Amino acid sequence: MSSFGADLSSLNWMATRLDAALGWARKFSIFQYPFVTACCGMEYMATATSHYDMDRFGAGFPRFSPRQADVLFVVGTVSHKIAPVLKRVYDQMTEPKWVVAFGVCTCTGGFYDNYATVRGIDTIIPVDIYIPGCPPRPENVLDGLIKLQEKIAQGARVTVPQGSSARPADFETPHTPETHL
Amino acid sequence: MDSEQQAVPLIMRVQQRFPQWVIASHQYRGQETVLIHREGFLEMAQFLRDDPGMAFDFLMDTSCVDYLKFGKIQSSSPTLTTPSPLPYYMKPKPLTQTWTRLVSNDEYRFDVVYHFYSSIHNHRLRVKVPLRAAESNIPSVSGLWATANWFEREIWDMFGIRFTGHPNLKRILMYEGFEGHPLRKDYPVRKRQPLIGPVN
Ligand code: SF4
Repeated sequence: MSSFGADLSSLNWMATRLDAALGWARKFSIFQYPFVTACCGMEYMATATSHYDMDRFGAGFPRFSPRQADVLFVVGTVSHKIAPVLKRVYDQMTEPKWVVAFGVCTCTGGFYDNYATVRGIDTIIPVDIYIPGCPPRPENVLDGLIKLQEKIAQGARVTVPQGSSARPADFETPHTPETHL
Repeated sequence: MDSEQQAVPLIMRVQQRFPQWVIASHQYRGQETVLIHREGFLEMAQFLRDDPGMAFDFLMDTSCVDYLKFGKIQSSSPTLTTPSPLPYYMKPKPLTQTWTRLVSNDEYRFDVVYHFYSSIHNHRLRVKVPLRAAESNIPSVSGLWATANWFEREIWDMFGIRFTGHPNLKRILMYEGFEGHPLRKDYPVRKRQPLIGPVN
């Protein structure tokens, strides 16, 4: 039995090495699903095309089917009407999957503090990386992409499923529109 | 249509035809506006479209105004009564024209505003129908001008004005299940909807 235990431990070692190898492979083969709804889309295109060349980081292949994608790029303002569609697209993606919130509209709702806009997509789906900016510059986007790659390589996943508690603390700005009335 | 009829302003002709329904009318730089009671509105709309002297064949726009808090809000931003402080090199503009609504804001909360255009006579008329908050409904004119159909749906969606006789009075911009009418002045600024939540 003791020899069997030794086998198990070596199997464990093998498994962690396999995870690391998988993470390394995954981070350079990001198939992204661009969920583009608004003006941030222009900046997304600037990042994706040859001038900034997202393909350098292995994320050069957008798939327009959620079944073939593993990173969901949510780019642009998400209104209440499109929110169920976004949730559905997320649910259709196969594991493992990651979500990038691109632009302040997707991070917190941005300046659209009104009846029609979702105040941050993390109220609907979990988010791995937030890229703030209105719109974020391509350098900023690539920075976020590299951070996502680090996260993928570590095999880290979102632990808090959804809700504003998952949001970084510095996104919680006090907001009191009543004082202006 | 002869030229002497042309000379008579539209608001005068409407006034003569419906003296019992017209509340007030005014004219500013050739733009004619008539305020009318809701009860006579449909009859007047029919007249505006079918009378050869009127011949309003085009309903350009329909909108609504909520006067619930009009002139009652203390604001840090400039308003009609409290202008922002001007820099020393600017002189304040004299207020030559002051605007009055002609009906009481307390009694009539809403105004439904119609803009008509006649491509035959090339003239325009603005019709305002003041509505009380308790009875915020008005006859639909979608049977007279087909374009009113979506305008009225939008007003229902945003202000909650009911258009009686409308064939399909559903929300047009927001979704089914949205609570409240967001452009009403008493819609809470920070209200969250049940579809997204968290409901507050
Ligand atoms: S963050 Fe700014 S640029 Fe991006 S979608 Fe929102 S408003 Fe447009």
